[in-house]
Amino acid sequence: MSMLVALIAIGCLALIFGAVLGYAALRFKVEADPLVDQIDDILPQTQCGQCGYPGCRPYAEAIANGDAINKCPPGGEAAIKKLADLMGVAATPLDSAQTPAIKRVAYIREDECIGCTKCIQACPVDAIVGASKLMHTVLIDECTGCDLCVEPCPVNCIDMVPLPGTVERWKWNLEAIPVHVVESNVLESR
Amino acid sequence: MQSLFQQIKAGQLWDFHGGIHPPARKQHTSQKPIGRLALPDRLYVPLRQHIGVPGALLVAVGQHVLKGQPLTFANNAMAVPVHAPTSGTVLAIEPHIAPHPSALPELCVVIAPDGLEQWRERHPLHLPECDRLSLLQRIQDAGIAGMGGAGFPTHLKTGAASGVDYLIINAVECEPYISADDVLMQEFATTIVKGIDILCELSGPKAVLIGIEDDKPLAIAAMQAACSQREQYLVKTVPAKYPSGGEKQLIQLLTSKEVPAGRRPLDIGIVMQNVGTVFAIAQAVLEDMPLISRIVTVVGDSLTQPQNVLALIGTPVGYLLDACGFSPEPAQRIIMGGPMMGFTLPSVSVPVVKTSNCILAPSQAELPSASNEMDCIRCGACAEVCPAVLLPQQLLWYSKAKDLDKLKEYNLADCIECGACAYVCPSEIPLVHYYRVAKAEIREQSRDELKAEQAKARFEARNERLEQEKQQRATRNQALALQRQQLMAEQQKNREIEQAQQRVAATSDTATELSKEQIIALREQKKAAARAYQAEKATQQSMQHSADTADAAAANEPAAASLPATQPAQSQPEITSDPRAAAVAAAIARAKAKKAQTEPGETSVVVPAATAVAAEPILDTRAAAVAAAIARAKAKKAQAEPTPQPLPAPTAAPVKPQSDDSGASSHDAAASSDTDRDANRETAKRQALAAAIARAQAKRQQTDAGSVAMSHVPQSAHSTATTTKITDTPDTSALAKSTAATPDTPADDPRKAAIAAAIARAKAKQQQLSATDPKDQA
Ligand code: SF4
Ligand code: SF4
Ligand code: SF4
Ligand code: SF4
Repeated sequence: MSMLVALIAIGCLALIFGAVLGYAALRFKVEADPLVDQIDDILPQTQCGQCGYPGCRPYAEAIANGDAINKCPPGGEAAIKKLADLMGVAATPLDSAQTPAIKRVAYIREDECIGCTKCIQACPVDAIVGASKLMHTVLIDECTGCDLCVEPCPVNCIDMVPLPGTVERWKWNLEAIPVHVVESNVLESR
Repeated sequence: MQSLFQQIKAGQLWDFHGGIHPPARKQHTSQKPIGRLALPDRLYVPLRQHIGVPGALLVAVGQHVLKGQPLTFANNAMAVPVHAPTSGTVLAIEPHIAPHPSALPELCVVIAPDGLEQWRERHPLHLPECDRLSLLQRIQDAGIAGMGGAGFPTHLKTGAASGVDYLIINAVECEPYISADDVLMQEFATTIVKGIDILCELSGPKAVLIGIEDDKPLAIAAMQAACSQREQYLVKTVPAKYPSGGEKQLIQLLTSKEVPAGRRPLDIGIVMQNVGTVFAIAQAVLEDMPLISRIVTVVGDSLTQPQNVLALIGTPVGYLLDACGFSPEPAQRIIMGGPMMGFTLPSVSVPVVKTSNCILAPSQAELPSASNEMDCIRCGACAEVCPAVLLPQQLLWYSKAKDLDKLKEYNLADCIECGACAYVCPSEIPLVHYYRVAKAEIREQSRDELKAEQAKARFEARNERLEQEKQQRATRNQALALQRQQLMAEQQKNREIEQAQQRVAATSDTATELSKEQIIALREQKKAAARAYQAEKATQQSMQHSADTADAAAANEPAAASLPATQPAQSQPEITSDPRAAAVAAAIARAKAKKAQTEPGETSVVVPAATAVAAEPILDTRAAAVAAAIARAKAKKAQAEPTPQPLPAPTAAPVKPQSDDSGASSHDAAASSDTDRDANRETAKRQALAAAIARAQAKRQQTDAGSVAMSHVPQSAHSTATTTKITDTPDTSALAKSTAATPDTPADDPRKAAIAAAIARAKAKQQQLSATDPKDQA
């Protein structure tokens, strides 16, 4: 008898807790970032199409649907590593040659530009300003260096030039700092 | 229990974690008076010497400037102006090696002093009459930025601080060798105290704490004497320990308060100023003397007379060294800043700036250069001395692994780069350098993230816009098609009526002949309309495809555009007998012309070139530009060509004259019907039209060729130049020449130049291409 009471009691408790937990799960549901958005955040947003998709978001969708994670050259190993973490798959090396690490931006040789507006149509991020039959130019700060504007130019006046180094952007170069003053002081204080 | 304020007043000091005791080596310079030097023969004043943005230039090359005259002006809050350190002439405004470890050039104003030291007009302020704003304005105009090393604009720091608890004057100067602040206090204690008065006016603190290390007895005595009149100015002697001059460390030392990670001292009611900055403020306000000079410690065993000198901003480091008896040894290093936090200079032509407090020229024996770095043995010595209570060995580990997230987790941002950890490391690991690299990586990463965010936003905005345009275009096209149908129906009806009338009216033979003619004309007209419609439809369809097919659309467009122009001209003369028919024809022509115009208008792309060329009166330059464009387009097409069979290319050349003819014939008709038009203009127009047609054809061929070439690209990745290059080159250069020669005869100079350029480019690219092509031929 007592056995039965215990069973009923436990059963009731289980039901109650189950109901409470079920309600809580609905009531306090955490809106997770959809997977595609998370992947899209990792991709570099260069919108260059080198992955074979017309932009980063389509590739993010493709990854979410099981495409390989190693198709984005601008993202490089870093992006692959993050994607591997996120997707729970092994990081694989990039399937094509990695783009050079040096950041480049498009530059239009302005006296040769005929104002055909083809590069404007090609640029995925609207980084080119100009009007028909007038000179065009690239907004360096907005250019992602995707190369897409180079091919359409009928007079070949667009170059990809390395971004000029500035003092703010400079990364310390270990070899360039031969100052190492510390040891002598150590010796002296000993 | 005493309150904090009472404790501070009673002279209590606290301590911060870690710290080291390197040999100070200040005795060579701290006992000597400040050296005054003759004027150097060149001054290089960098436009940006602080954290923030440079001001806007006020001077031009060749201009004569007076001492203290502003060279730039601050056009926003983060800008700080720079001033002419002496009177003289602006020789140049050009990039010059900046005092930065990168050795990258920054824009400098180069001044040749005239030796007269002629001052501009000066307007000292009288403290009691000044309000807060004018004081802050003066501080900004005088170009004052934190002189302790960071160079943060002082007007921002003081402007934000009102009603703080403590104003701390940092005169600790804990780094070995440096004694610039020490001698400054010895000689100018009273001026410094006046500067503190001004800062008190601005921020109204409860007390002013002046922190000085106990190894500067002369400076302490001088400051104490100068402060004797002022109750709440407390000179605090702190025990010598490195890095007690760090902002957060000194605050903890003097007030026991800790600044939370990622916050500013202001958030806990404290503002700190370097003693050099205070001196500059006093000079700026009381004497109207902008920041044009500073005291620099020039020291090291490679100098015979190490001393503190009053150096004008912009003086090349080499000049200072020479003035102090510089006898360099082989592979001499020059360090700007102290031995712990400084950096080696790439060249001695680097100028002194507002933040340079020390030039160190050590001998190899004095400071041996980097020796062998070994692996971390995880002894933990670094963690014991870290004043920021970090775990340097962990930071090193993650810096090497480039694990930026972990670095952030371990608070790399709090590292003040003091070098204490590297100083004690038994494995001689240059820890700080790893941190500097890692910090730069983190900065770069956050910049990239920001940029990616922007790029994404722009990409999405663009897609949205394109989608919208597409829809708009679709609806407009529908409406247009409807209109056209109605118009056609109406027209048809009109004609039928007309024909019936004519048939009834004209019973004679001649009348029947006329109507026959009319019928033929009508049929032709209908055919033409159908053609135009189809061409247009093709255009629309292709427009909706992606960018590459847009080229094809562009190629079709001129055809459609040229139709309405030629059509009425051909049919008009035959039906002139009937004014009504003529009116109808004119209406059609107008409708078509309008359609042709609106069509390109909404896409705002390639098409306007074709229609506008036909529509506007054309000038010579324009014709020249068009011709140049043709030449260039052809050149590009020739480049895109996969070379072995240059079949499509030669056709482009002959096509040009042909199209010229056809375009001309249609236009001759138009010209004859329209006698009052200027003949000149007409021929120009004809040329333009011909050019447009030629361009369209060239483009079409280009896209064909382009798609072929596209397929070759991957293959050509790593092939090398072979003999084919030589065989191919003359071929296409000849082609380029022939295309260049075809444009209209009255070729003027710029055009010739453009053509020549196009040929040159075509040849260059040709060679490139042929270098990559052999694979295709094989
Ligand atoms: S390759 Fe990378 S950067 Fe380029 S579009 Fe694809 S995901 Fe974006
Ligand atoms: S300007 Fe050219 S390289 Fe830069 S983003 Fe636009 S298309 Fe890409
Ligand atoms: S002091 Fe040097 S060896 Fe010791 S734990 Fe720190 S980094 Fe490693
Ligand atoms: S350099 Fe950074 S990690 Fe090393 S002791 Fe100084 S604050 Fe700590």
